[in-house]
Amino acid sequence: MNTSLSQASLSRRMLINGAMTLLLTLCALLAASVLLAILVYVTIQGLPALNLAFFTERPLPYGEVGGGVAPALLGTLTMLGVAGLIGVPLGIATAIYLAEYGRGMLASLIRFVVDLLAGVPSIVVGVFVWAWLVRQVVGNFSGLAGAVALAILVIPIVTRTTEELIRLVPDSLREASYALGTRRWRTILFVVLPTARAGIVTGTVLALARAGGETAPLLLTTLGNQFFNLDLRQPMAALPLQIYSYAVSPYEDWHTKAWGGALLLIAVIGAFSLLTRVFSARGK
Amino acid sequence: MSQLQASPRNLITHGHRPRLRARQFTLDSGFEFVVRALALVPLALMIGIVALLLLNASLAIVRYGFHFLLDSMWDPVFEQFGAAPFIFGTVFTSLIALIVALPIALGAALFLSEYAPAWLREPLAFMIELLAAIPSIIYGLWGLFVLAPIMRGSVEPLLKNLLAPIPVVSALVEGPTIGRDFLIAGIILAIMILPTILSIARAVLQAVPQAQREGMLSLGATPWETIQHVVLPYARPGILAASLLGLARALGETMAVTMVIGNSSSKISPSLFTPGYTIASAIANQFTEADKAVYFSAIVELALVLLLVAMTMNVLARLLIARVSRGPKGARL
Amino acid sequence: MLRQFVLFVSLLMPIVSCSPSDAPKPTSAPATTSVPQASTSTSSATQGAVVINGPFAGEAKTLNGAGATFPAVLYTKWFNEYEKVTSVKVNYQSIGSGGGIKGLQDATVDFGATDGPMTDEQLQAAKSAVLHIPMTLGAIVLTYNVPEAKSPIQLTGETIAGIFLGDIKKWNDAKLVADNPDLKNVGKDIVVVHRSDGSGTSFAFTDYLSAVSDAWKSKVGKGTSVNWPTGLGAKGNEGIAGEVKQSPYAIGYVELIYATQNKLGVADVKNKAGKWVTPSLDGVTASAAAMAERVPEDLRVSIVNAAGDKVYPISTFTWIIVYQNQTDKAKAIALTRLLWWATHDGQKFSGNLAYAPLPDAIVKKDEAKIMSIGVNGTPAFPGK
Repeated sequence: MNTSLSQASLSRRMLINGAMTLLLTLCALLAASVLLAILVYVTIQGLPALNLAFFTERPLPYGEVGGGVAPALLGTLTMLGVAGLIGVPLGIATAIYLAEYGRGMLASLIRFVVDLLAGVPSIVVGVFVWAWLVRQVVGNFSGLAGAVALAILVIPIVTRTTEELIRLVPDSLREASYALGTRRWRTILFVVLPTARAGIVTGTVLALARAGGETAPLLLTTLGNQFFNLDLRQPMAALPLQIYSYAVSPYEDWHTKAWGGALLLIAVIGAFSLLTRVFSARGK
Repeated sequence: MSQLQASPRNLITHGHRPRLRARQFTLDSGFEFVVRALALVPLALMIGIVALLLLNASLAIVRYGFHFLLDSMWDPVFEQFGAAPFIFGTVFTSLIALIVALPIALGAALFLSEYAPAWLREPLAFMIELLAAIPSIIYGLWGLFVLAPIMRGSVEPLLKNLLAPIPVVSALVEGPTIGRDFLIAGIILAIMILPTILSIARAVLQAVPQAQREGMLSLGATPWETIQHVVLPYARPGILAASLLGLARALGETMAVTMVIGNSSSKISPSLFTPGYTIASAIANQFTEADKAVYFSAIVELALVLLLVAMTMNVLARLLIARVSRGPKGARL
Repeated sequence: MLRQFVLFVSLLMPIVSCSPSDAPKPTSAPATTSVPQASTSTSSATQGAVVINGPFAGEAKTLNGAGATFPAVLYTKWFNEYEKVTSVKVNYQSIGSGGGIKGLQDATVDFGATDGPMTDEQLQAAKSAVLHIPMTLGAIVLTYNVPEAKSPIQLTGETIAGIFLGDIKKWNDAKLVADNPDLKNVGKDIVVVHRSDGSGTSFAFTDYLSAVSDAWKSKVGKGTSVNWPTGLGAKGNEGIAGEVKQSPYAIGYVELIYATQNKLGVADVKNKAGKWVTPSLDGVTASAAAMAERVPEDLRVSIVNAAGDKVYPISTFTWIIVYQNQTDKAKAIALTRLLWWATHDGQKFSGNLAYAPLPDAIVKKDEAKIMSIGVNGTPAFPGK
C-alpha cells in the first residue's frame, strides 16, 4: 500500500483521483436520471388519460374507446384498507413482543422468521394465498384473498420498522413510567408507542404504499373485475392489475389508460413518501 | 422532543391506581399473552407457506424427483416438467442485473457517502430511494414501451455488431434482436435492484469508522486512495451482502420481467438475445391455467424452488451483514 | 321509465314455467326461431320465443366467469349490454382457456370459457358433469407485421407449421417466396409470437397444425399449452396482437377481430380444397356447415381443416363450460338466463365484432343444454 502511494507521481495520483471522482459522480447522476426519465415519461404519457371518466367510470368492452378505472381504484383502496386492518396490528404486536418481551429461543426464531417473510417473493405469497383461501376457505377468487396476500407483504415491513423504533425509545422513559407505578402494558401502549409514533406511522404508510403497487399476488387471488364491487367475497379489480391488462393489450386507448394508471399510482405513492418524510422529520 | 415531553403527562393521568393493582396484574399478563400470540402469526404464516407449497407440490416432487431441477423439457402436453430453463433464466437475468447494477450502485453510494456536499446528499438519496418505491408494474410498462424499442432499434444491433466478430463472445449475441430477451429483463431488474444495493451499501459505508479515513488522508492519500485502500476493504463483506439482497430481490421479481422477457421456455442458450422465462414469470403466466393435477403441482414446485432460493440468499446476506457491522442498527438492516 | 316499462311488459307475458314440474323439457324444445328480436310477441309461448328482457326475482346479481381470450371482445360487449338489460353483473376475466377450465374444475368461478373443448381427462378432474355450450364461432388468423408486404401474405398449412416449428426462419425463405413474390428481398428474421398462457386458441391452432403437418403432430402435438419449439410468448389474444403490433417482422395467431381492430396484416390460408381463403365470417360459417353432420351429443367438436371450397380452415367454436348440477339456486337461475340471452339476443352483436353467429341447429342444441342445468335435478331456467 505504502509503496503504491510513494511510487506513483503526485500528479498521476491526482489525475486518477479526479477521474474516479467524476466517475462516481456520474454513477450517482445516472441512478438519479433513471428515476427522472421514468417519472417524466409516465407523466407525459399519463396526463392525457386523466379526465373525469377515467376516475368515475368502469372499463369498456375490448376495443371501445373511453371508460375509466374507477372499479380498480376502489378495489385497490378497499383491499389496502383491509390489508392494513389485518397487517398493521399484527406487525406492531409482533414488534412489541420482540422489543419488549422477547427473550431466548422463541424471540430469535420469530425475528428470524420475520426476516424470512420479508424475503418471500410476492408471487409465492400469491401461490400460498390461492392454495389456502381461494381454493379452500373462500372457494373463489375474492377481494379478501387479495387483501390477505397484501397483508402478508405488509407484516414483516411494519414489524421490522416498529421493532427498531421501539428499541430506540430510551429505557429511562420506561423506568420513569414504572417508577410512577404504571404497569408494563400501559407503559408500552401509552409511553413507548406514542414516543415512537412518528416512525411507526411512516413505516406503516410506506409498507401500505408498497403493497398498493403489487401486481403478481393479486393476479392469483383477486382475479379482477370490470364492475364496481365492494363485496370482499367476490373478485375485485385492482389498479396494478388493470394497468397490466391495459399494457399488454393492442389498443392505443388502453395504452394511454395504462400510463394514466401508472401516473396515478406513482402520484399516490410519491405523495405518501413525501408526507411521511415531512411527518417523520417533524417527529424527530 | 415534543413526543418525549408528552409521555410523562400520560403517566400522571393514567399512572397510579393502587386499588386496581390486582387487575393490572392480570391485564399485564393478558397483554403479554395477546402480544405473544399475535407474534406467533408470522411464524405460523411461514410454516403455512412452506407446508402448503410442499403439500401441493408433492405430486410433482414424487414423480420427477431431482429431474425436475435438471431436465430442460417443459411440456404440459406430454407431462414432462423440467424446470432447468426457468432456473437458468432466473440466474442469467439476475446475474445481468447484478453486473449492471452493482458498479453503478456502489459508485453512487461512494459518491453519496464520500464526496457529496451535505445539501445534495439527502435529496439525491431520497430520489434514488424513490426508485425502490416505484411498483414493478410501472417498470414493466416503461420497459415494454420505452426501453424495448430502444434496445431493439439501436442497443442490441450495436452490441451484435461489436461482439459478433469476436470468437466465443459471439455466443452472447446470437439470434435475432427483438427486444424481448434476457438482456432487457436483466436491465430492467438492474434498475429495480439499484436502490436496494445502494441503500445497504450506503449504510455499510457509513459504518466505516471516520478515524480510518482521517488517518489515511492525513498520510497524504487522495480521497480515491482512501476509498481504495481503506473504505472498500473495510466494507467488502457488507457490499457482498448488499449484492446478495439485490440478487434475492431480482430472483423473485415477477411483473416487470414477465412483460419484457419473451415468455418462452424453448431453450437454454447463452445468448443475451434469447427470449426466455424466469421461475417467477413462468408461475405468473401458467399458474391459473394449469388444468392437470401434475401440471399444477409442477408449478407449485416452481414456487417452492423460488422460495427456497430467495430465503437462502436472504439468510446468507443477513449473516454477512451481522458480521460486518454489529450493533443495534447494523444487525437489522 | 324504460325499465318500468320493460318490467310491465315482462309481467304481461305468459308465464312459461314457474314450478319445476312443468319446466321445459330439453327434448320438447321447438326452436321455431333463433332471431329473438322478432319474437317479443306475448302470444307465443314456445321456448324459441323466450326473451330475457329484464331482471328476474330470485336470481343472483353477480356472476363470475373466466377463461378464453378468443371471444373476450364479444363477451365483454355482451356482459356490458347484459348488465343494462338485467342489472346482473357478469364479471368476465380473460385469463386464457386453460384458466377457464382450471377455474371450473376448482369451482373458483361460476362458469368457464374455452375454445378448446375439455379433454376426457380434464372432465374427470371436474367435480361433476360439465356441459359445453357453444357460444359463437371465430376464425384464428395468422397476423403479421411485415411493412414490405403490400398484398396479404399467402400461407399454406405446411409453411405455417414450418414457421412455428422454427424451420422457416427468414421472411425470404424459398418456401414463402414461392407463394409471396413480395417477400423476395425481406431478409429479416421471423419473430414468432405464440401464447404464454393455456389457450384454447392455441388448442385450435395446434389442432389444425397437427392435422396438416405430421412433423408438428409428432414433435409438438395439440393442447392448450404446448412446448413451443421457437418464438416469444404473449398473454392472451390481446397480448399476441399487442406483441405483433410492437415488433416488426413478427407473426402470431389471433381471433380475426383482434387483427382487424388493430389494422394488422392478415394472411390468406390455403384450405384442404387447395383454394386460397381470406379469413371471414363466411369461411367460418362454411367450416361449421361442413362439420354439421358430425357434431356429437356433448357438442365438443373440432371444425379445423374442413372440406369445401369456401372453408377457412382454422375455425373453431368457442364454448362456455358450466356444471350441469349447480349448488346455488340463485346463481343457477342467473346463469341459465345469461346463457339463454347470449345464445339468442346476444348473437346480434357477433357480426360487427367479426364473430360468426351460431347456426340454428346449434342454437337448438344449446337450448336443450341450458334447460338441463339445474339444482339437484330440478331445472333452473325460469323460462324468461
